[in-house]
Amino acid sequence: MTTKEALYNFCLRLGDNNLILGQRLAEWCSNGPILEEDLAMTNMSLDNFGQAEYLYEYAAELEGKGNSADDLAFLRDEREYFNNLLVEQPNGDFAVTMMKEMLYSSFAVSLCEALSQSKDERLSGLAVRMTKEVKYHYRHSSEWLIRLGNGTDESRTRAQTALNELWMFTADLFTMNQTDKVLVKAGISVDMNDLLPVWRRSVEEVLKAAKFKVPQNCHMITGGIDGQHTEYLGHILCEMQYLQQAHPGAKW
Amino acid sequence: MLTKAEIWECLSQIPDPDIPVVSITDLGLVKEVTPSDTAEKVTVTVTPSYSGCPAMQLFKQEIIEALKSKGIKEVEVKTVYSPAWSSNMISEAGKEKMRKHGIAPPEALAKDSPVFFSETKRTVRCPWCNSTDTKHTSQFGSTPCKALWFCNSCNQPFEYFKCI
Repeated sequence: MTTKEALYNFCLRLGDNNLILGQRLAEWCSNGPILEEDLAMTNMSLDNFGQAEYLYEYAAELEGKGNSADDLAFLRDEREYFNNLLVEQPNGDFAVTMMKEMLYSSFAVSLCEALSQSKDERLSGLAVRMTKEVKYHYRHSSEWLIRLGNGTDESRTRAQTALNELWMFTADLFTMNQTDKVLVKAGISVDMNDLLPVWRRSVEEVLKAAKFKVPQNCHMITGGIDGQHTEYLGHILCEMQYLQQAHPGAKW
Repeated sequence: MLTKAEIWECLSQIPDPDIPVVSITDLGLVKEVTPSDTAEKVTVTVTPSYSGCPAMQLFKQEIIEALKSKGIKEVEVKTVYSPAWSSNMISEAGKEKMRKHGIAPPEALAKDSPVFFSETKRTVRCPWCNSTDTKHTSQFGSTPCKALWFCNSCNQPFEYFKCI
């Protein structure tokens, strides 16, 4: 695998994480528990879509086959998506959505901060910009979890259940494949193992303030970065890609 | 034929699609203007504020139309992502225009602010009555770049341009 091919794969992975998480957040549009949260979740979703667009644009240039960012988003099949398993999980209730957002955005903060030092200038430039936004997502979801954890029995139980159910997808965030090996060697990306303690600290800070118990001895599921997904991704893509798959090139 | 200064002047008349009281140059979204030697072609370099800003596509189009209407034959709009846009790039004139139209300009947080619930520690001055007795009501307002605040002194809601 050349460095260029690896960078293409990596941009797709980061783009896919953003696109799928953004799509999930957008499902809350008009269904939010309160108006302000409806706005918050859809605005975070917009950030994700914007970031996905930058990353797909870069991926399309690296690929050099004349594909556009839209082609990469709408014409790839499930096995060609490299997003982490966490982001494709269903929204569940508000507690699940916020827990998922916090677990992912704390990872995104640590990754984007590390990528700000990337030897690839375009990626480092994007990473600086993305860091600002994902920090906001981390703060927003964390504040909700702290409120839920210190709220009623109902809110505490729901948020703790969300944590217990999502924890098995967290190891997947730190998995690496050939793409990472090539990029770490080239100084473009970082060893995911180095991010784990950073992520762990920021997650535990929230869980401690919210008085949640970290699940122990949890079985971990991985495979997202190699295109092996849970049952949910196919359903998301069915809905998201329907129009472009049924009417390729349709414009309006 | 337009000089570089005239091109900047022309761009400073283009309102931000989401916050029309300020122009795209007030917000610091235009980074560079490069006329070709013959000045028949102009390259304008812009940077998006937020990744998810839906106004980006619209104001690129407006730049092309504005410059073409001044007789420039070819306009290229380039997007750069680095250095990342920051609310520090908003001009003083831009901040004053925001204030006049009921949008509080960005205020930096104190360095030692806590990571969580820091919005309660921020001092934002009400753009209507200048009081600092204000409270944060929502992280997001009508656009991703603004939050909703409320003034306890004049009992008016107002928007606050977030500091990023």
